[in-house]
Amino acid sequence: MIKETEKHTMTGSKILLESLIKENVDTIFGYPGGAVLNIYDELLNYKDKIRHILVRHEQGAAHAADGYARASGKVGVVLVTSGPGATNTVTGIATAYMDSIPMVILTGQVPTNLIGNDAFQEADIVGITRPCTKHNYIIKDVKDLAMTIKEAFYVASTGRPGPVLIDIPKDITSSVCTFEYPETVELRSYNPTYFGHHVQILKVISELLKAEKPLLYIGGGVILSNAAAELKEFAELLDLPVASTLMGLGGFPSDHPLFFGMLGMHGTYTANMAISNADFVVAIGARFDDRVTGKIDVFARNAKFAHIDIDPSSIGKNVKIDIPVVGDVKAVLNSMLELLASKLNEAASSRQKRMKWLEELNNWQYEHPLSYKMGDVIKPQYLVEKIYELTKGEAIISTEVGQNQMWAAQFYKFKNPRSLLTSGGLGTMGYGFPAAIGAQIACPDKTVFDIAGDGSIQMNIQELATAVQYNLPVKIAIVNNNFLGMIRQWQELFYAKRYSFSELNVSPDFVKLAEAYGAVGLRAKKPEEVEDVLKTALSIKKPVIMDFVVAREEGVYPMVPPGVPISGMLLV
Amino acid sequence: MEKSHILSILVENESGVLARVAGLFSARGFNIETICVAGTVEKKESKMIISTFGDEQILEQITKQLNRLINVIKVQELTDEESVVRQTILVRVNADESTKNEIFRIKDIFGARIIDAGRNTYIIEATGSEKKIDSLIEILKPLGIKDIAKTGQIAMQRSRKQA
Ligand SMILES: Cc1ncc(C[n+]2csc(CCOP(=O)(O)OP(=O)(O)O)c2C)c(N)n1
Repeated sequence: MIKETEKHTMTGSKILLESLIKENVDTIFGYPGGAVLNIYDELLNYKDKIRHILVRHEQGAAHAADGYARASGKVGVVLVTSGPGATNTVTGIATAYMDSIPMVILTGQVPTNLIGNDAFQEADIVGITRPCTKHNYIIKDVKDLAMTIKEAFYVASTGRPGPVLIDIPKDITSSVCTFEYPETVELRSYNPTYFGHHVQILKVISELLKAEKPLLYIGGGVILSNAAAELKEFAELLDLPVASTLMGLGGFPSDHPLFFGMLGMHGTYTANMAISNADFVVAIGARFDDRVTGKIDVFARNAKFAHIDIDPSSIGKNVKIDIPVVGDVKAVLNSMLELLASKLNEAASSRQKRMKWLEELNNWQYEHPLSYKMGDVIKPQYLVEKIYELTKGEAIISTEVGQNQMWAAQFYKFKNPRSLLTSGGLGTMGYGFPAAIGAQIACPDKTVFDIAGDGSIQMNIQELATAVQYNLPVKIAIVNNNFLGMIRQWQELFYAKRYSFSELNVSPDFVKLAEAYGAVGLRAKKPEEVEDVLKTALSIKKPVIMDFVVAREEGVYPMVPPGVPISGMLLV
Repeated sequence: MEKSHILSILVENESGVLARVAGLFSARGFNIETICVAGTVEKKESKMIISTFGDEQILEQITKQLNRLINVIKVQELTDEESVVRQTILVRVNADESTKNEIFRIKDIFGARIIDAGRNTYIIEATGSEKKIDSLIEILKPLGIKDIAKTGQIAMQRSRKQA
């Protein structure tokens, strides 16, 4: 739109949009309002360059941008108005923050002279989001706008990624100044470490070569740093078994012989036994979350720990680490591969040392696989397996929160990074569907499924209108148990089946609801109907809601009760 | 182990930095006992000196997270042994014929100054370690303290002594 060499005087609105283009933004998720009307007016002139997706609720915009970011690896961008528009994004921002997802949230603000005045639609969104953003800004002078946007994208996408918010008072959007997009950012106080310390890396390798019962404990950092290929090469070179957190799923192929499943509260028997019995655990882009460790003081008590993470503050937070390595997962794995290239003989002989360990793991796997019993009613696990079969493991799966999320994690075999979108840290019900919308926009050619619960889906069901408007063929599979299933499960196990307010007695007819929105609704009540419904849904190039009426009181197993060591799983 | 700590935090002089830093402490249930914030030689920088009391491991965690804040340039823990630590106090005490002599005596002992003399009260200014300031308060109490204003503790690492 403008020539690089010329300096132009522009309004703040135009500067904002030009800056977004400089950051290669071609899609934003938003919802207009008074404080951002100038920006929206300008946006119409940029229709060909920036696609604006009009959501139906600002929370939807934040989750959609998050899903877009997770699926594509790009920064997700949100544009909303001041006050309620901004506060509606907070759950989405906190969700992204907990899972380290790069996002830039642009919020309108009342004019500078009214700030602090309790003006109409004023909210101190910078104050509200301070603890759930990686950083946030308020623009006080239009001259700072371009630099701040540059900084925001840089901060959001580098180091440990995260959401960054920029609050823009309305008068700034109409003020003018010359526009020149800065080439570089210099933040004296922000210098993420990418390359791990050589000595530390050598220590990890020498421990690994010695270890008889090693385990790679991988997390979301593998996916965030695009390190799946390096991880696979590394694990194969030394024959290292891999177990993953929820967030790490897809970071290593689930059908790989070295993969032993998910760790933690609903992890596999083998993964939890592996970490409990390992002698050397290398945590890679994982953060020892309490859902993974169970009772922390006995967690992996026989093991030495190495921890590779770009965020020094996550190292040694919950567990004492013997060999900390601060650095980007991909960069560190590459260094390790380079070092190993000159130690191929040692690598080969070290593989011998763990034949017994791998055998043990395979035995556990054989004795206690993930399992469920078929019956006359649809089992949720069967449903997820069918989705896996029919999509050949190539779909992008988003989930809501609760049992649906855990069954999706257990029974869909994720092959590729960025193929599971789930709110791991915050556990946000209502995340999955808008995230699926964002993912479908990022990846138009992929099949995108939201595996949902009948409770969660109602938390952002309004986005069905968005999916219909933009003709996004997202598939929603509702695991309908007429319960807030995960709550019911806890009440069953720990509250003597006192089902206090966890039964969903009234829900809409999801098939009719889909139709009312102009989407397609399908229903299956029996196991033999599942495949047909899924096939039909996959053949329709429109958003489809599938209502799967499932066994009402099915539980997610294995389960580590809270406060119990993770080897103390309840099996089926 | 729970003990007192003093952190010296160099930050970029931007709005909201204090809130970000203080937020990290409160989020972990750490009380900030005293805090001093002021500019440095560099116009764009401020230094915060925070004294706090609590568990060493949690403090280490807070330190790491302080470093994670975008506006924080440097965080340093200042230990008692290696640093000089000072605090300044202003005390308004009753000053009538019966107490004046005692006030002058105390002032001399503590190397304090009388910086304001009213009809019935004096304002005493003193600088020193937290301990010294505390004992000054104790000694002045019987004379009748009307008001107190204390700065937080400020601290600086001692220069290296020659071998
Ligand atoms: C926004 C939000 N509110 C409450 C919860 C607590 N919670 C966790 S799981 C769950 C039940 C979810 O029910 P449903 O969506 O029907 O899924 P199911 O467990 O039955 O698969 C609830 C209420 C949450 N995670 N998020």
